[in-house]
Amino acid sequence: MSRIKGYGRIDRTRTVAFTFDGVAYTGHPGDTLASALLAQGVHAVGTSVKFGRPRGIGAAWVEDPTGLVQIEEPFPEPMLLAATVELTDGLVARGLAGQGRLAEVADTARYDRKHTHCDTLVVGAGPAGLLAARSAARRGERVVLVDDRADAGGSLTGTEVIDGRPSREFVAEVVAELAAAPEVLHLQRTTAFGQYDDGFVLALERRTDHLGTAAPRNLSRQRVHRIRARHVVVATGAHERPVVFADNDRPGIMLASAARDYLHRYGVLAGREVVVFTTNDSAYAAALDLEHAGARVTVLDARPSAPEHWAALCRERSIAVRPGSAVVGTTGDRRITGVDTVTAGKAESLPCDLLLTSGGWNPAAHLFSHVRGALRYDPALGAFRPAEPVPGVSVIGAANGTFDLAGCLRDGAGDDAPATLAEPETAPLVLWRTEGDPARQFVDIQRDATVADIERAVGAGLRSVEHIKRYTTIGTAHDQGKTSGVIASGIVAELLGKPVEDTGTTTFRPPYTPVAFAALAGRERGKLFDPERITSLHSWHVAAGAVFEDVGQWKRARYYPAPHENMDAAVLRECAAVRGGVGILDGSTLGKIDVQGPDAAELLDRLYTNMMSTLKVGRVRYGVMCGNDGMVFDDGTVLRLAEDRFLVVTTTGGAARVLDWMEEWLQTEWPDLRAHLTSVTEQWSVFPVVGPRSRDVIAAAFPHLDVSNEAFPFMSWQDTEVDGVPVRIARISFSGELAFEVNVNSWYARAMWLRLLSAGARWNITPYGTETMHVLRAEKGYPIVGQDTDGTVSPHDLGLGWAVSKKKRDFVGKRSFSRPENTNPERKQLVSLLPADARTRLPEGSQVVEFRPDGTLPPPPVPMLGHVTSSYHSAELGRPFALALVKGGQSRIGDTVHVPVDGALVPAEIGGIVLVDPEGARRDG
Amino acid sequence: MQLITCPWCGPREEVEFHYGGQAHLAYPDDPAALSDEEWAHFVFFRDNPKGPFAERWSHAAGCRRWFNAVRDTRTYEFLDVYPMGQSAPEVAS
Repeated sequence: MSRIKGYGRIDRTRTVAFTFDGVAYTGHPGDTLASALLAQGVHAVGTSVKFGRPRGIGAAWVEDPTGLVQIEEPFPEPMLLAATVELTDGLVARGLAGQGRLAEVADTARYDRKHTHCDTLVVGAGPAGLLAARSAARRGERVVLVDDRADAGGSLTGTEVIDGRPSREFVAEVVAELAAAPEVLHLQRTTAFGQYDDGFVLALERRTDHLGTAAPRNLSRQRVHRIRARHVVVATGAHERPVVFADNDRPGIMLASAARDYLHRYGVLAGREVVVFTTNDSAYAAALDLEHAGARVTVLDARPSAPEHWAALCRERSIAVRPGSAVVGTTGDRRITGVDTVTAGKAESLPCDLLLTSGGWNPAAHLFSHVRGALRYDPALGAFRPAEPVPGVSVIGAANGTFDLAGCLRDGAGDDAPATLAEPETAPLVLWRTEGDPARQFVDIQRDATVADIERAVGAGLRSVEHIKRYTTIGTAHDQGKTSGVIASGIVAELLGKPVEDTGTTTFRPPYTPVAFAALAGRERGKLFDPERITSLHSWHVAAGAVFEDVGQWKRARYYPAPHENMDAAVLRECAAVRGGVGILDGSTLGKIDVQGPDAAELLDRLYTNMMSTLKVGRVRYGVMCGNDGMVFDDGTVLRLAEDRFLVVTTTGGAARVLDWMEEWLQTEWPDLRAHLTSVTEQWSVFPVVGPRSRDVIAAAFPHLDVSNEAFPFMSWQDTEVDGVPVRIARISFSGELAFEVNVNSWYARAMWLRLLSAGARWNITPYGTETMHVLRAEKGYPIVGQDTDGTVSPHDLGLGWAVSKKKRDFVGKRSFSRPENTNPERKQLVSLLPADARTRLPEGSQVVEFRPDGTLPPPPVPMLGHVTSSYHSAELGRPFALALVKGGQSRIGDTVHVPVDGALVPAEIGGIVLVDPEGARRDG
Repeated sequence: MQLITCPWCGPREEVEFHYGGQAHLAYPDDPAALSDEEWAHFVFFRDNPKGPFAERWSHAAGCRRWFNAVRDTRTYEFLDVYPMGQSAPEVAS
């Protein structure tokens, strides 16, 4: 056991059981998996991704370049750092052999997000951040303070004295003051992982992982905080980095600050026979603390002379200090057993069970870098630190290169800083690596990337650290180079014979630490992924056993299978019922735009290819809209309700797009037109009643309406009422059959639908879905924008030249129709395709190629004539048929072409686009 | 995730807005009088400057009104916003 009495901020009154690599262990609440393992003397936790070498715990928090584990219970999750997994009862984990395993069961945990605005956001609750937050709160600001550890205080161990008190007491006092402030939000276990423009910061709060099975079910597991701050204070401290030497990847080697953290935070003495290899003063504090806790410590200082202040303290405690020393190798396998050192040219081996390294400190200025803050190498620090300021962002404390406690307090509170003892500081030595075999000197331990890899990259001619990073993968693992990035820059500079300031370092980009996709998705998973729009009749469709399809965000009934019917059988039955009798469709999803104003007619004339201003009140006209390029944008019917009022009906999928399009033209090009647009899609429910018996049904449902062809002609609408409820009926046909569209306020949708079903019962009125609707319209060659078009199809290509006005001076797209390419007879045009065998249904998207009598394809590249856009079985025709866009199609009617299907060439005849009732005899009944 | 200032609503999250391409491209008075090449330039050709660029924007998830903005294409910073119909302001880049 390596748990030391009197140390740690864990709850020793309770024991937590966990399993690692199949072995049962115990720890305490407040432990991490790493600290609990170290407390049992376990250092090795996995094997490396390429070389299969043992990997241990290298740090105490997110900068650990190794120490990855797989969590099995409570929920399988790979690639987590043992140092960041808070210990819970029943935790089951195992070491990673390079790669993790994703869960095969659904993640039932909940994730959410929250938006917060504040005057000042402080990231980091170490001494600098705490004081910055306190200062802002005392100024009366709304403050958010986020910190990624379980408790505030940053790296303060409790051995420091602030304002005459132990530092932990000082921390508790500041935290209490913040808690009492009404406009302060203080979040621990919350990592600010990205900063963006205008003071926007994303932070991930881990709300329940530390609670284990005791987590309340009403609490989300993780929450993304979306924080908009007027000012961001980056007080994120610094990451210690190691020195690179041969075999520096063994378990039992960790950062000096990590060993200190394990002792003071968790009460764990990570080793008994400790060697500390350092280039700077900071590691001496770790040496002294570990000695005080019972370890035997030797300090190897790379500098020619040891700092006198610290050396004196070490002498008092019989800690051997050897200046001018370097570690050049290690021994051991699953744990270090000794170090090979060189001191003043003399080689020596020292036994040890723990080797601590400290090669300097890298300011954790990632958030500053995210918003294009520049970092510059500071030779005195031996690190990159923030250079020019960024508006709205302050970087304070160690994140700004202020590594002494007094300086951090001053950065946070200015003149109001509490007092602390200043420690004499001796200049650090900048040392990237020691002598040794480059192939055994690991730079990025997780990536198994060595100095030899950097040498190979430089030898291949790479000079930029960005390129070398990608060539070697250094800095691309889970830790994103928190320890290895600057070392790599330093070694590159050495190899190139240039100063480090010239090579620079790679740009930090979000996320600072890994963030689960589930956390980013929040509630937008499963049914909440996208809003579902349903018609007022949805529950009726569900009860009728409808199968639904997604059309944009709408759930539309696709077909209504009878018992044991598949889709093909259902659709054939529905089609036959419509053309042979009467059917009814829920068409409420069609887009509807109310256009009002004295210039409403003028607006529509400018947008549609045909004339709308000549439309009489009470009449309906089909119209097409194009872009400036002359390509079809949308189509639909227009009802003239009054001199200054029209109802524009669009495709279901195009409704929002058409409204935006009309609004854009109105506001940007034609602001003088007096017209207003309002979407009324959801206000009206629309039920087409279709088929030879539809007039009978309408007459039965609306006794006061004269439905004769003379009184109610095709493409006209009339208002009537039922039990005081207004109803608008329009004679519009999307199937070529006699048809009436019944429009009613959506509040009365169900009542109207049931009324129509009742009125049509004697004629076996049949509900039909979108699939049948598609077949019926295709049999008549009516195109669907977005299915039969792709943005490169003109009205003429679709056989809609009759809808293009030749009288209007101008409309959107008109000028393009006179371009030579638009009148090229070889353009792809809409035609029908009839498979010669009368059995094959051509898959939509199939390519059309020239017919060859020998049934073979010409050698590649095979010229493509076009593709199938719609394809169905037809009850009316008794065979499958398709619509297709084919080069010069209209002039090739009667020709035979080939369509490759499943490796076979299917002969198909090109036909006109109207296959059913081409003379239009059925329209008027 | 910038803040963009709508001329009517004030600063709002970037996600509330819809981009509309280059601003101040007036629809021709008489398209029929244009040559094919001139018409093609209007339909397909757009400037691509480095630095300040006048663009159309719509506050699509807010007031739904269109406005113009001058944005620095290097930094994405919005240098000015102004209502439709106004001339592009002089902005220092």
